[in-house]
Amino acid sequence: MCSFRDGRWFEPGTESAARRFARDGKAGNDGGAYHFESGELKRGAALVLEAAGPEAAPVSVLSVALFVGGGLVLLVVLVWLGIALFGPQRWRERFSGERPILGLGLAFPVVVLTGLLVIGLAMTASLSSSEAKPGALPIRIEGEQWWWRVSYPGFETANEIVIPTGRPVQLQLVSDNVIHSFWVPQLSGKRDMIPGHDNRLNIQADRPGTYFGICAEYCGGPHALMQMRVHALAPADYARWEAGQRRRAAVPGGPEAREGAELFLTIGCGKCHTVRGTPANGHEGPDLTHIASRSTLASGIMPMGRDELTRWTRRAQDIKPNNLMPEYPYAPVREIDAISAYLMELE
Amino acid sequence: MTAEERFEAFEKAKANLPDRAPRPEGELELLEKVWAKPRGWRVLTVVNNDYVGSWYVGAALLFFVLAGILALLIRLQLAMPLNEFMGQETYNQVFTMHGTIMMFLFAVPAVEAAGVLLLPQMFAARDLPFPRLSAFAFWAYLIGGLVFFTSLFWGVAPDGGWFMYPPHTSYVFSPDSNQDWWLLGIGFIEISAIAGAIEIVVGTLKTRSPGMTLDKLPVFGWAMLVFAAMIIVGFPAVILSTILLELERAFHWPFFIAGQGGDPLLWQHLFWFFGHPEVYIIFLPAAGLMSMIIPVVARTSLVGYRLVVFALIATGFIAFGVWAHHMFATGIPDISVSFFSAASMAVSIPAGVQVFAWIGTLMAAKKIEFNVPALFSIGAIVIFVIGGLTGVMVAMVPFDWQAHDSYFVVAHLHYVLIGGMVFPLFAAIYYWTPMVSVNALSEKRGKWAFWLMFAGMNLTFMIMHWTGMMGMPRRVYTYLPEQGLGTVNLIATVGAFVFAAGIAIVMLDLIQKFRFGEPPAGNVYGGGTLEWLPQGDYAARSMPVVDSLEPLWDHPELAEESDKGQWFLPDSPTGRRETIVTSPVYAVPQYMVTIPGPSEWHLFAAIGTAGFFLALTVKLLSLAAVFAILAVYSVWRWMWELEGEPGPDIAIGGGMKIPRYVSGPMNHGVWAAWVLVTVLGMIFACSIFAWFFLWGRQPGFWPPAGLLPPTTDGLLASGALYLASGFAVWRATASLPAKGESAVRYALWQGGALVLLAAAFAVELISRWHISPSANAYGAMVYLYSFLNGEVIAMLAIYAAFNIAAFWKGRMDRERRVGQECLQILWLFLVAQALIGFVIVGGFKVLA
Repeated sequence: MCSFRDGRWFEPGTESAARRFARDGKAGNDGGAYHFESGELKRGAALVLEAAGPEAAPVSVLSVALFVGGGLVLLVVLVWLGIALFGPQRWRERFSGERPILGLGLAFPVVVLTGLLVIGLAMTASLSSSEAKPGALPIRIEGEQWWWRVSYPGFETANEIVIPTGRPVQLQLVSDNVIHSFWVPQLSGKRDMIPGHDNRLNIQADRPGTYFGICAEYCGGPHALMQMRVHALAPADYARWEAGQRRRAAVPGGPEAREGAELFLTIGCGKCHTVRGTPANGHEGPDLTHIASRSTLASGIMPMGRDELTRWTRRAQDIKPNNLMPEYPYAPVREIDAISAYLMELE
Repeated sequence: MTAEERFEAFEKAKANLPDRAPRPEGELELLEKVWAKPRGWRVLTVVNNDYVGSWYVGAALLFFVLAGILALLIRLQLAMPLNEFMGQETYNQVFTMHGTIMMFLFAVPAVEAAGVLLLPQMFAARDLPFPRLSAFAFWAYLIGGLVFFTSLFWGVAPDGGWFMYPPHTSYVFSPDSNQDWWLLGIGFIEISAIAGAIEIVVGTLKTRSPGMTLDKLPVFGWAMLVFAAMIIVGFPAVILSTILLELERAFHWPFFIAGQGGDPLLWQHLFWFFGHPEVYIIFLPAAGLMSMIIPVVARTSLVGYRLVVFALIATGFIAFGVWAHHMFATGIPDISVSFFSAASMAVSIPAGVQVFAWIGTLMAAKKIEFNVPALFSIGAIVIFVIGGLTGVMVAMVPFDWQAHDSYFVVAHLHYVLIGGMVFPLFAAIYYWTPMVSVNALSEKRGKWAFWLMFAGMNLTFMIMHWTGMMGMPRRVYTYLPEQGLGTVNLIATVGAFVFAAGIAIVMLDLIQKFRFGEPPAGNVYGGGTLEWLPQGDYAARSMPVVDSLEPLWDHPELAEESDKGQWFLPDSPTGRRETIVTSPVYAVPQYMVTIPGPSEWHLFAAIGTAGFFLALTVKLLSLAAVFAILAVYSVWRWMWELEGEPGPDIAIGGGMKIPRYVSGPMNHGVWAAWVLVTVLGMIFACSIFAWFFLWGRQPGFWPPAGLLPPTTDGLLASGALYLASGFAVWRATASLPAKGESAVRYALWQGGALVLLAAAFAVELISRWHISPSANAYGAMVYLYSFLNGEVIAMLAIYAAFNIAAFWKGRMDRERRVGQECLQILWLFLVAQALIGFVIVGGFKVLA
């Protein structure tokens, strides 16, 4: 059985091909295409409070303020309730009657809420603008079932959004199927992707890193597994990455990869997937032209690697039920593995 | 008799009461006989509100337990990352059913049940004005709800989440019957909610104990009035949206399909226009229960009665201005965002007023006895305050963009609903069980239950605020180990089982202790309102005049006087079931209403209705037809036995005499007709909103190039026919003959009205025959108006036929005419609806 049954996709003991590449420097980050590692993710942290950009930072501060303020108000109510239940008779007589109701239940909330409203609306106005900031990088993101199509001017990729640090990015968020919602907590709040609507969201990352994202509007089936990564790179690295993405697909080198490239076309992978520079030009599934440059597979739920690719191709419905990728459990493992070898060369 | 004369007669009668003279022999026996509950299997035909109300509460608790079990399954699945306890398809069905059942089959019916059970008792009325309607609503809900639940076992349960956003739930992405089951389940609750609202509005305003002026109405009565008003205004939006979704699913009318001129956001607006007030529809009655229990716990009147009543009413208004706070992340314009943010904060103010009124009442206590109702009430305050505070947090738009659809919101809504509804309900169960059961519930077990529930609830949901901040969206069937969410979820799972253990204790205690019987355990907690008068099958023996909010505290002798029949209506003067109809504000007796007794017909009507919708859901059309015939026939038989008969005035005590039949605006049936018209009018108003919303979103489709709107000639002709049919009904009502006189004119006018109506509808359809409802949203909207007209026309046709038959059999005449008056109200409403619809679809070109 595939490791989905074992309940572990990211096995700590095994080394993914992408990581091996990175370590051996064969196609490392100091030359050639850019690779990512999934290990850079924050684990178990309160992502909303670990803001990494100007759209998220003020909300982090606000969140802390609201938690603390809410806690204080709760404390006041509990003390008041405690006096009512256990307080000395003298206090209780003094505090009963309608006056405290008007004071604590009416006047106090009116004052506090008015203040909060002013702050909230001011922040809303500054954060919600759908205008692109000057010099912003436009990226179009389409919610698919159940993955993310990511289009840059001139090329397309999937499930991993790469952005330069310090530069505003404007996301165009759309869907032509069901409603999804784009959420990368460290960079911004959510924005829905609704058929017939053209929503915009400004984000920016101030420091390099990999940020976790996930679909936040229930979209049926494996909604839970519609995840993504945002990689923020220093501008020079970003330029290198972008140049790599603009290139056509690499020509397969080794004999195994060449066989895989042939199988890729004969099995029919090209009906749904595009590999630029080859006859594969399908549009249903993710663009695979530079799939090996990504750190994850299957919309952010598995690390990228040859073994993982093989497992995914053979057991896609087991790993992510109902997704639109057919699985090939009865095809010879060797052939699927050859295709994986080919894909791993598509840097 | 004019209102002034009635008022004077009432003042005189009050001076004569209580009447200490011994009551005539045989009076009590007759009363007992008239109100006796059938035994054996015929107990199913009971309509007495204490039985129906208790069953209703019991059924709601059954669904609470079922949905609670689903919650435990959810928590098991999420206890660790990549758990394989449930697959995604099962999980998606389970969480959808958990939310749907909790909201629609537990919370709304539970508070409605509390109204059915408690209101007549609090008013010392003999029963509700339409007891068979309540019983019908209960049976339709129980049968429909149980069948709906079984959809889980066949794997066809809905899986779109409890708010069912299209396009995911429409035919393209959900081609199987799953979502139809949701629409079915909601259909039943729409029927029973509207029926309940009619009952509660009319019951609260028209059948209070004489002299119980509105300023002496128990807070629960106020809460239920606001509750019913909110159902009348809010439920039509969900009725319309479920109609739209079913039309789209079944006939591909594209209301929500962007590519054909529809818009997915139309659903969200309509659904939340209902869906957020729904929260207050659940909370306000529970808050009303709290406002009844806490004064008893504190042995003092509620501090700030007027403020609390004002808060209830204010909540009812503001609640309709907050719906779009569920849509902050959809990209709606800033200006709407600001409005809804402000309203969402404002709605917390009246909640705060109530909380501090409760605490203020506890402050005023000489000594608080920490019995089980007290514990659950205090626990409710704490939990609800936390939910309110997180509610203010999510009303802050930038914070909401992060918290929305994450586990933070899951935590928030459970704090609000458990603190605002579940804990108050449990307090109420302990407090009022002795009113109907021979045993009270166990205090000792109750305390165990409370502490387990309180601890378990906080353990489960407190941590979820943080889980949300960690980036866990709601409605995910699993998560990856590398998301680091294992520990927080495991804690929540442990808490859920602690919570469930507490609930299990209460349920076991209820099963063991709750028994109907005479006499009930009675006023063990020492309440001061009229439901604690001595009770028989006939409710209180006589209806005392009250002069305070806690009459039994201020006049302990009332209990005995009432029981000895020394106040109003100690008997059954017509030998049938009856209660006094009073004026809405001052509760001056107006007339005597005969109310129906046990019957199998409302039961069969419920079976027919449930069977009809079920058969439609599984697409067995001929079976559906059979059930429809059963339903219509049963309703016919049920209504046939309804209307009272005119006769000599009746003495109700203290020398006051009131008529036994009135028609016109005072009649309770006419009130019910107006409530129904308001509901229908709101459905229509929502459809007008839908028209302008869709037009505004995609004007190019309105109408699409090359498609002509309905023909002007056709609209004018149809409109004229509608008007003529309205005129004919009016003439029919006016020409009702006196008993025994010639009937030709009435029959001609009424028959003519039907023919004109059929012609009007036919011409209406011809006017738009060139348009296809499934090609684009414009066509779908044009036909929606005809659909709404057609629904009312079908109802009117049956009703008119019924009236003609009643007339034929001598059951209707110039004096006994309420049936015809109600028909006329509905009919004239239809004419207005049709004409406004024509102005919109026909005059639209001018506007556009």
